[in-house]
Amino acid sequence: MKKVALIFVMAIFAIACSNDDPQPTVLGCTDPSSLNYNPAATEDDGTCEYEILGCTDPTSSNYNPDANTDDGSCIYNKMVTFSFTQNWDGQSVMNTDFNTTTYTNAFGNSLKISKLRYLISRISLHKADGSTVDFEEYNLIDLTDPASLTLTPAIMATTGDYTGISFVYGFNETDNVSGAYSDLNTVNWNWPEMLGGGYHFMQMEGTYLDNTGTAQPYAYHNGTARVSDGVFEQNFLVFNLNQNFSINADATIEIKMNIAEWYKNPYTWDLNVFNTNLMMNYEAQKHMNENGPSVFSLGDITE
Amino acid sequence: MKKRSKKIFLFFFGVIACTLLIACSSNDPAPVEPVENYVPTPKPLTIPPIFERLLPTPFVPSDNPQTEEGIALGRKLFYDPILSGDGTQACASCHSPSNSFTDDTRFSIGIDGIEGTRNSMPLYNLAWNTGNKFFWDGRANSIEHQAFEPVTNPIEMHNTWENAVASLQGDAQYPELFNKAFGTATISKELTAKAIAQFERTLISANSPFDRYLEGENSLTPQEINGFAIFMDETRGDCFHCHGNEFSPLWTDNIFHNNGLDAIITDKGLGNVTGDPNDDGKFKSPSLRNLAFTAPYMHDGRFATLDEVINHYSEGLVYSPTIDPLMKAISTGGVHLTEPDKADLKAFLLSLSDPSFINNPNFQDPN
Repeated sequence: MKKVALIFVMAIFAIACSNDDPQPTVLGCTDPSSLNYNPAATEDDGTCEYEILGCTDPTSSNYNPDANTDDGSCIYNKMVTFSFTQNWDGQSVMNTDFNTTTYTNAFGNSLKISKLRYLISRISLHKADGSTVDFEEYNLIDLTDPASLTLTPAIMATTGDYTGISFVYGFNETDNVSGAYSDLNTVNWNWPEMLGGGYHFMQMEGTYLDNTGTAQPYAYHNGTARVSDGVFEQNFLVFNLNQNFSINADATIEIKMNIAEWYKNPYTWDLNVFNTNLMMNYEAQKHMNENGPSVFSLGDITE
Repeated sequence: MKKRSKKIFLFFFGVIACTLLIACSSNDPAPVEPVENYVPTPKPLTIPPIFERLLPTPFVPSDNPQTEEGIALGRKLFYDPILSGDGTQACASCHSPSNSFTDDTRFSIGIDGIEGTRNSMPLYNLAWNTGNKFFWDGRANSIEHQAFEPVTNPIEMHNTWENAVASLQGDAQYPELFNKAFGTATISKELTAKAIAQFERTLISANSPFDRYLEGENSLTPQEINGFAIFMDETRGDCFHCHGNEFSPLWTDNIFHNNGLDAIITDKGLGNVTGDPNDDGKFKSPSLRNLAFTAPYMHDGRFATLDEVINHYSEGLVYSPTIDPLMKAISTGGVHLTEPDKADLKAFLLSLSDPSFINNPNFQDPN
């Protein structure tokens, strides 16, 4: 039996040899479009490897462990800090100017500032691809509190190209809920219920010289506008500041307030007319709202 | 494989040997270390629901947590004249519970019979003192720091801390009480101030008729409700910018203002502390809680009654360069409230007084 089998096998080899080409079989990847195409291979052994494009950096936020070819798509999370600065038609205003520096508004009133606090909320960065980075913090800027002049949100921004920044001056209707924010409650930032409730958007105070040259107080306080008893009008402002920029590293974005703009464009504000008791003054509140859109602009973006 | 098993065996042998060694040494009869890990019983502040709802968490410094033993010690110290130079005055002498922890005189008199220059401040809700500025002029930045001062002030308790600490150390009870509160019987001025501060932080007042009204537990009179509307009306009371509102139940902004008391500033207040002339004549807004118990009023106690206070804001304002812009119509002395408005405003203000606070048995003299 064994001998028969041996002869049979030898016969097969003999036949095989005589029937084939003289070249030996070379196993390998035979697909020219693969990364490891072996032109010498005569028989495909299933080892072809193909290019998988993606981000190959494990430290990125979109690392693709399957990718073998980096396509430059890596995205990184970068810290963004907003820096809130104030100026009077380009001249920097800081708390050291309070009660000392004299400014002249568009109408010609001579005034000094003793307090400036304002609220910014819902800051978003707009990406070139149409997506947004929405920060959750609101920020009460108080010129006497250096910590309040910058805000570094918890959420980070992804690297890439951006087309602009948006934010709300004050709170929008959804956010402007009476008593909802304990830190704002303790600093008495609330806006009276009889005026629509919620919170102040801004408190700017100081003195101006009246027609007789006497210093008189003003309290330019802005918030929800009261139309009549129990009837209120939203008075916040949404800013869309368009500017192309890219984020490649931790960035600081300056948001500038030109205080002088609160007194002009389009309404030329005379402090002899509107000085104190402005909170329940519908006309004054709407003039603030009209003048507001030119107040904020984007400043330096530094990395 | 064999080599590795040998290594593992050796490793385990080593571990066992070490364990045995440690076990043996810890069995030694004489422990060298003293009881370092003594922990007094934690007793966090009880936060009233209205504060829980509307205010941030109270500020308690991490190096002085509230404890049962610390609070009890602070309470005993607060009422003990041992801290004064001649053993006649305690904190409570000028900060009496029946007056919401102030006194009823314009200026308190120290152990040498000398009168101070500022009105004793009432004490409550101190853990919610936003900004942590204490005294009328904000010169202390913590309760602990504040507590240092009256002991050595020559017109108050006129002692030295060296002497005060020696008196406490020589006392029959205090070393043990400090040991229980802080794990050491070695008394220091820092630990003394810490204990007093712990007691003072427990002085929480949030149960006035107006608090209960806000919590839906009682009703107010029409006069009180109208008084609140005057308080919140920018053209009439305009009190809320500095003194809180229904969502800010501390009834102060804890900020410093010149409220138009004097044409010529004699007491610079905050200006003395900051050195900035723009701060001259500014004093901390006091809370409006417990006014029924805290007369006289203002930093110098110049107004004996609430009527005088309301009249000041209504028609008595005088100009000085640092006057707060929120003080309106100064040329005519103020906004001239009507007499009915004044009466209603006063009724509202009194609804912020909390008798359960001044009568709280936990706050009384334990000695």
